[in-house]
Amino acid sequence: MNPVFVLSLFDGLLNTVILSLLTYLFGGLVGLAVALGRISPSKPVRLVASTYIQIIQGIPLLVLMGFGFFGPSILGFGNVSALAAATIAMSIYSSAYLGEIWRGCLQAVAKPQWEAAECLGLSRVQRMTRIIIPQAVRIAIPPTVGFMVQIIKNTSVASLVVGYGELTYNAKIINNATFQPFVYFGLAGILYFLVCYPLSELSRMMERRLNVASR
Amino acid sequence: MTYTFDFWPVLERWPLLLKGTLVTLELTLITTALGILLGSVGAVLRTGGPRPVRAFVAVYVEVIRNTPLLIQAYFLIFGLASAGLRLPILFGAALALTINVAAYTTEIVRAGIESIHRGQTEAAECLGLSRLQVYLHVIIRPALERVYPSLASQYVLLMLFSSIVSAVGVDELFGMANRIQSDTFRNFEVFVVVGAIYLVLSVVVRFGFWLVGQALFPRRRKLGTAL
Amino acid sequence: MSPVVELEDVRKSFGSLEVLKGVSFSVERGQVAALIGQSGSGKSTALRCMDRLETIQGGRLTVCGHALHEPGVKLSDLRRDVGIVFQGYNLFPHLTVAQNVMLAPRLVRKMSKAQAKDRAEQVLARVGLAEKLGAYPEQLSGGQQQRVAIARGLAMEPKLMLFDEVTSALDPQLTGEVLRVIEQLASEGMTMVLVTHEMEFARRVADRIVYMHLGKVHESGGPEILTRPATPELARFLEAA
Repeated sequence: MNPVFVLSLFDGLLNTVILSLLTYLFGGLVGLAVALGRISPSKPVRLVASTYIQIIQGIPLLVLMGFGFFGPSILGFGNVSALAAATIAMSIYSSAYLGEIWRGCLQAVAKPQWEAAECLGLSRVQRMTRIIIPQAVRIAIPPTVGFMVQIIKNTSVASLVVGYGELTYNAKIINNATFQPFVYFGLAGILYFLVCYPLSELSRMMERRLNVASR
Repeated sequence: MTYTFDFWPVLERWPLLLKGTLVTLELTLITTALGILLGSVGAVLRTGGPRPVRAFVAVYVEVIRNTPLLIQAYFLIFGLASAGLRLPILFGAALALTINVAAYTTEIVRAGIESIHRGQTEAAECLGLSRLQVYLHVIIRPALERVYPSLASQYVLLMLFSSIVSAVGVDELFGMANRIQSDTFRNFEVFVVVGAIYLVLSVVVRFGFWLVGQALFPRRRKLGTAL
Repeated sequence: MSPVVELEDVRKSFGSLEVLKGVSFSVERGQVAALIGQSGSGKSTALRCMDRLETIQGGRLTVCGHALHEPGVKLSDLRRDVGIVFQGYNLFPHLTVAQNVMLAPRLVRKMSKAQAKDRAEQVLARVGLAEKLGAYPEQLSGGQQQRVAIARGLAMEPKLMLFDEVTSALDPQLTGEVLRVIEQLASEGMTMVLVTHEMEFARRVADRIVYMHLGKVHESGGPEILTRPATPELARFLEAA
């Protein structure tokens, strides 16, 4: 095991974390808009939101990576960096899934709550921000943390089309030089596991606690 | 926007696209059948197996679910090749995908099994059914029925993620897309066309699951509910 | 002829809680025995022991010639002889009424599909549900579901039927149809043990009343003990019921 290579893996891991956080941020923002769009009182808005979800959930992330990489220049933004391309693709991808998860959470906040809020004479925006969202957040946290694991794993796809130097990318480069796939892909796998497993456990723990609390 | 779209160079290579589509479908079909089979076995072992077997299945599920498919595929295919075992590339890809999706299936089916009320197995035991019969007729089938929508979503995802095995050299749909790109340099158009094909495929997979569900779960057909 | 069910000093604990503290009684062929008593008196546990859903820890328990206190009981043999109906019906929700009834005859008795179908039609007719063959459990009322559960047990032609509070989960207006089926079985000579809260029904149908109190048989005898209880505990229980 060459220390330079191991260091390069950690370097890749750092880039994986950066891309994941950017995805979480931008994917989350768009995802929130998608979730609100799905439960909007306006029919066209609902239709746009659900069409968006259906299309994104019907296309491989790899294809979205292609759009993220080649799309900006076509739209006249010139060439974008690998990180930017990957962030665009990952954010679009994640927004559709997060949007669906959060839509479910918003709708799970019981209907009487909607009506009670309505009877109090609150406006729709007030109802949303004061009554519904605070309650929905509570139930949304465990699956949202769980989805973080999906994001981290999916960043590995950014090694392919856009060639972003994250953990899988670096592992592949090292393997090309060393031909020790068990060692370096194994190490990369362990690093992924060390980041993802605690998040999975945390998500499960929070979900259990939530279930106990609501009983 | 000054870019002029030209889809023709991509579309005229339709035989490649068709071939890739068929490989993707083939991979999906094989992996789905094996994944559901192994996942169901995994779920049974995870819930009712001897303690060491339960622990083994739990570790397998956690390892697979907390590492990326791409790393798993590299590890398996390049790893075995470095050990002197060169699998036929399509076989290796199907193996990697199956190992991956079976872990998710195990978790999904396990949730289904755990939702089967204790009274159900008790009633079946009291009718004299053997342990295996109880599992087959009173636990697994209704468990699969209950989690069928989740399974369908998981296997649509599998079809989409099968594009990843283009990275180990499988000429499925995305692999063909790469080829067409390097022939035509019409990168964006390739992604649009291939994206559209995947979109259709995801509808096809969903419809396939619906059809099989209708045949497998007559109650769904009659009552139109998941439960 | 030996009794169909015979308990001698049967003991059973769950952890440190002793539920059966030496229970003895027997049921002869063709008899209907009603187990009554407060919740927690051990009557349901006693019934579940008879189908080996619970294993006993002391005493002797013989059911249809199977000695359940001895190790190595062949459960499959016991369960061919004994049918049981639960409080919560426990029908298989993914199977139609006919399939629910046919499942065990096909898998355990290895009947052909046609034979099993005949059998199902016949037992469902006995419980008055011949027209519901193709329905799913959730399409039926609670009373109908419970009658299907009885038919499912009858399809195996058991020598003994056990009923565990089979009307407790039902709305009052639905209990009648289930009790009528059980009454009809009694008149046909089926040996039965029922745990029940329906005192009027027990008085009418049972040959033997077993009143359990604090894990023991406190008083037992013919149905007349329900009108003239010998112990103050049974008297108090009947008053409250």
